Amino acid sequence: MLVLRKVDVHYGPIQALHDVSLEIAEGEIVTLIGANGAGKSTTLRLVSGLVRSTSGEVLFENASLAKVAPHDIVARGIGQVPEGRRVFAGLTVLENLEMGAYLVRGRQRVREALEEVFELFPRLRERRTQRAGTLSGGEQQMLAIGRTLMSRPKLLLLDEPSLGLAPTLVQTIFGVIADIQRRGVTILLVEQNAHMALRVADRGYVLETGRIVLADTAANLEASPEVRAAYLGE
Amino acid sequence: MLQQLVNAISLGAVYALIALGYTMVYGVLRLINFAHGEVFMVGAFVGLAALSVFHLPFAAAVLVAMLGAALLGMVIERGAYRPLRNAPRLAALITAIGVSLLLQNIGMLTVGAAPNPYPPAIEPTPIPWLKEHARLVVTEQQLVILAATAAILIGLSLIVSRTKIGKAMRAVSEDRQAAQLMGINTDRVISFTFCLGSAIAGAGGVFYGVYYGTADPLMGFMPGIKAFVAAVLGGIGSIPGAMLGALLMGLVETGVSSVTIPLSSTETLSGSTLRDAVAFTVLILVLLVRPAGLLGRPTREKV
Ligand SMILES: Nc1ncnc2c1ncn2[C@@H]1O[C@H](COP(=O)(O)OP(=O)(O)OP(=O)(O)O)[C@@H](O)[C@H]1O
Ligand SMILES: [Mg+2]
Repeated sequence: MLVLRKVDVHYGPIQALHDVSLEIAEGEIVTLIGANGAGKSTTLRLVSGLVRSTSGEVLFENASLAKVAPHDIVARGIGQVPEGRRVFAGLTVLENLEMGAYLVRGRQRVREALEEVFELFPRLRERRTQRAGTLSGGEQQMLAIGRTLMSRPKLLLLDEPSLGLAPTLVQTIFGVIADIQRRGVTILLVEQNAHMALRVADRGYVLETGRIVLADTAANLEASPEVRAAYLGE
Repeated sequence: MLQQLVNAISLGAVYALIALGYTMVYGVLRLINFAHGEVFMVGAFVGLAALSVFHLPFAAAVLVAMLGAALLGMVIERGAYRPLRNAPRLAALITAIGVSLLLQNIGMLTVGAAPNPYPPAIEPTPIPWLKEHARLVVTEQQLVILAATAAILIGLSLIVSRTKIGKAMRAVSEDRQAAQLMGINTDRVISFTFCLGSAIAGAGGVFYGVYYGTADPLMGFMPGIKAFVAAVLGGIGSIPGAMLGALLMGLVETGVSSVTIPLSSTETLSGSTLRDAVAFTVLILVLLVRPAGLLGRPTREKV
């Protein structure tokens, strides 16, 4: 479904990704783990068209995304929940969700998407007239995920959804991720919480200073000594 | 006193119509569109042509001026600012000043530098009842302008708070990248913002021309700067802030104009000569005391 082939990304003189290749098949959850500054967010930004590769290709459903504008990438079915939530603080919960449905045509379809999100996150329904900036961190993360789901993406990019959340909330969020997959959405999950990520994912890639150093099934990665030492704190 | 208030509100209304464009454009682009005063000027001239060449009724002339200004705003954004979207901010700022001078000079080439008489559109005769009973000079023209301004401000508030594109404007103002990730075509939203802000300034230009009875290619400069100060005073980026700031500017300016300071037994300093200095004093004070403005949120500089 998504293929990155030998991509390099530069920020000015700094090279953030070196020769990165990865692949995601329809229906999978694939996780991308790595330390701070490894290039995880850059990879997601590249797929969403917020940064461009200096070489290599990005293909979605066999078509190159190199010249596709970010909003058209959303229209093709790729949604991203960015790092740090980035909800529109001054807009209400409902308005944030409406923005997520910006490309959805027809009131009825927006309402259906809204129902689905409220079903996934009942808390958002209670808070729908509240300004997003006044939500708790966990609620903001729910809103960030719900907002992106409003466009009904085929591929969902999640950038550290568990960051800064209390353990019970982390459980909830990962439960929701599994739930979203069951609804037929393919997921690329960036996480520092390798434990949880590898448990929910089918396969994983390990990124180190801009390079893919390991690629395997989630079970094998969880068992591998390198991963255990570097990312599972053992 | 009440008379001063009426005058202050009339002046503040024009400033509000200009200040909104500054604040909205700043919101979505973090750019002070220094050519905005010239959009106001062009709006005034389009209105002038509509009134005295084509003999359109007042309301139609205002609409035509709004359309013309909107078009100009869009062209400025496309031609001058969009190519610099990823350039250093200073480049855009210098371009803005360049566009401003360009428009002034085009104006002087086409209509000349001399003031052009502006038709009053509605006779500025004081409403007799108010004059007799409250000794208040309020003209029908003033009332029409105030009502039209109020309608525009309410319309704008509705667009920004209720419509999809208005909400997208707010989303882009808060976080352009996050807005892109929602599938919002941010270039289109920015373009729309320029159109909307320019249209409002265009209406302001007609009202100003009608009210003061004259228009010239440099007429955008002072009101432009004062409206900019009003926007900063209210908190740049904030729409209610721009309205409030403009009203306060109108009040302060009217207040200062009405005083006369004795310098010596023979000389006095009339407040009206100080009027223009007031704007800059306010600007400096705001920047020193409360840079975020009255209703602005302190900004976190975004990378
Ligand atoms: N806008 C930018 N300008 C310059 N360098 C950048 C920019 N964004 C990221 N980088 C650099 O690119 C590298 C990869 O950053 P990236 O944000 O992709 O890391 P990450 O793996 O997501 O890290 P984290 O876990 O901290 O979120 C880092 O060295 C970072 O400093
Ligand atoms: Mg990151």
